[in-house]
Amino acid sequence: MSDTRTRPAWLSRLASWDAAVIVITVLVLVIASGAVENFGSSRNFTFLLLDLLPIALIALPMTFVIVTGEIDLSVASTLGLTSAVMGDLWNRGLPIETIIPLCLVLGAVLGALNGFFVTVLKLPSLAVTIGTLALYRGLAFVVLGDSAVADFPRDYTSWVTGTIGGGAIPNLLIPLVVLALVFGLVLHATPIGRSVFAAGASEQAARFAGIRVARLKFWLYVVSGLVAGLAGVLWTLRYSSARADNGLGMELAVVAAVLLGGVSIFGGKGTLPGVLAGVVLLATLQNALRLQDVSNEALNVVTGVLLIISVLLPNIVIRFRAALRRRATT
Amino acid sequence: MKRRLLAGAVSAALVLTVAACGGTTKNDSNSAGGGAQSTAQANPNAATKEGVKMAFLPKQLNNPYSDIEVGGGKTAMDELKGQYKLVGPNDASASSQVSYINTLIQQQQDVIGIAANDPNAVCPSLNQARGTGMKVVAFDSDAAKDCRDVFINQATTEGIGEQLAKMAGELAGGSGEIAILSATPNATNQNAWIEVFKQQLAKPEYANLKLVKVAYGNDDDQKSFQEAQGLLQSYPNLKAIVAPTTVGIAAAARYISSSAYKGKVAVTGLGTPNQMREYVKDGTVTKFALWNPADIGYLAAYAGVALASGQITGAEGQRFKAGKLGEYTIGKDGEIVLGPPTVFDASNIDQYNF
Repeated sequence: MSDTRTRPAWLSRLASWDAAVIVITVLVLVIASGAVENFGSSRNFTFLLLDLLPIALIALPMTFVIVTGEIDLSVASTLGLTSAVMGDLWNRGLPIETIIPLCLVLGAVLGALNGFFVTVLKLPSLAVTIGTLALYRGLAFVVLGDSAVADFPRDYTSWVTGTIGGGAIPNLLIPLVVLALVFGLVLHATPIGRSVFAAGASEQAARFAGIRVARLKFWLYVVSGLVAGLAGVLWTLRYSSARADNGLGMELAVVAAVLLGGVSIFGGKGTLPGVLAGVVLLATLQNALRLQDVSNEALNVVTGVLLIISVLLPNIVIRFRAALRRRATT
Repeated sequence: MKRRLLAGAVSAALVLTVAACGGTTKNDSNSAGGGAQSTAQANPNAATKEGVKMAFLPKQLNNPYSDIEVGGGKTAMDELKGQYKLVGPNDASASSQVSYINTLIQQQQDVIGIAANDPNAVCPSLNQARGTGMKVVAFDSDAAKDCRDVFINQATTEGIGEQLAKMAGELAGGSGEIAILSATPNATNQNAWIEVFKQQLAKPEYANLKLVKVAYGNDDDQKSFQEAQGLLQSYPNLKAIVAPTTVGIAAAARYISSSAYKGKVAVTGLGTPNQMREYVKDGTVTKFALWNPADIGYLAAYAGVALASGQITGAEGQRFKAGKLGEYTIGKDGEIVLGPPTVFDASNIDQYNF
């Protein structure tokens, strides 16, 4: 990766992919509001936010994990297992106020297991989390089979699906915004964040610089599991349905949004605002195109093309710049 | 020692506080809020509206069975001069249908026809739709009762059990030994049908029929095949095998068609025309039954337009006309039963493709 080191950092930021994604997302939102019938209504805004919420939540820690050069593909299965356990405990008559903290602990434990395999046993995270993807989903079906638990307390379910003061903004946006701010500040304005980038750029260099890379990655997996567990709880309450197949296949939507947001799959590069823009962009396209009766298959094609472009374009720009520089020096 | 006492006291106090706190559990009265039950009076003589926008939301797209169901819906919407629309997820998971319902609300459809992947997950969205004046017809697999107006039920347990007994009686010539080849020993549907089947056999007209065994092929082709073999080894005088599962009936027919029992032992039960066609053509199978999925969608469309036209509201006892299927009466809890299963034989099997 050749970087132009002559310009100040914020300027090269502007020309980078994640800034482009933010601009594109805003444009798509504006165009859709104007061109797509019923897109701009306040109810649709609520639907859109509720639909992207679990993906946005899980994308926060996923950004950290991918920036360190690892990956966590077990998040959707963690969500499913948390949901199944939540339903099972509810059936056993535990109070919901006890179940929710237990489910969050469960998520953290599932994440810790990933972290143990990756950082203590030094196994490749792709293989480990594909393994736990299958394992956790399998356990979810062991816990709940193909039944569903639905009779969660109304106070909770209606709060989760409700909006602030009955307006357009879902109650759940509050925790999401708070968490996004925390994760964003930690990644971009604290030593922890700098360690994350350093570990992703070069693990060896980071170790020589005194960063405990293994410990850092372990805790990132714990947080990833914890947030997936939280997403599982919210998911269960939102749909009033604890099921083993909840969130099936969602890990790919999360990874897609993170990569689209300008995070490098090789680690060391990315920004949280870019990732959130990626999440919003994919959800907005899906919502707007569905309103236009575009088929699922076409939606998948659009998502795929976008992803390819997001990987290709920065590379093309870098090569183009390099070629320009070569020409200037000859 | 003192420290230990203190620790004990503290933990006991903690336990007590937690216990006193209690919390919300399953046993707390969980009053489910009813849906937007329409209080409007039905007017059976209201004109049938044209241009009704009805969207079908099956369990998943590109599933052969669903495709036939909604195909029937399209036929009916064409007859009714309405606007048919088909949307749906590619996976049959519980929550995937919700965002489609939300899209349909935004598009201001008049009616949603839904085969729910999860009766409760779709509930809040469906009630939001009904809050905006839309009508909801569940078909094939019901949504929770308070989030839809009517439910099109493909068949009742009684209807299927009676049909199975009727076919078994006819094929055995009114007397002799018959056996059942079911799915798994704990399959809910199959067991309910077999129960009705047995009650039917207690009637005088079936007095000479003897049910000698209920075998289980676990809905596995190979196991069902072996079980069919085993039945004929144990009961050489068997007149008919009744398989209330599409896997079992096909495996039994395959075995009989390739054995010396072909033409001597009847195979019947529940099967699809496409899997049974060759066995009907080669004379192994005379007749079998299943509900016609196209009729489910067709009836759903007629019910949806009747709702949108104000001819029915979903209350018990209301009647409406459903094109070629004739007139229907709404039963308890807004349930509309399609009717007895369709019987397929050599004369009609080629009219069906599913």
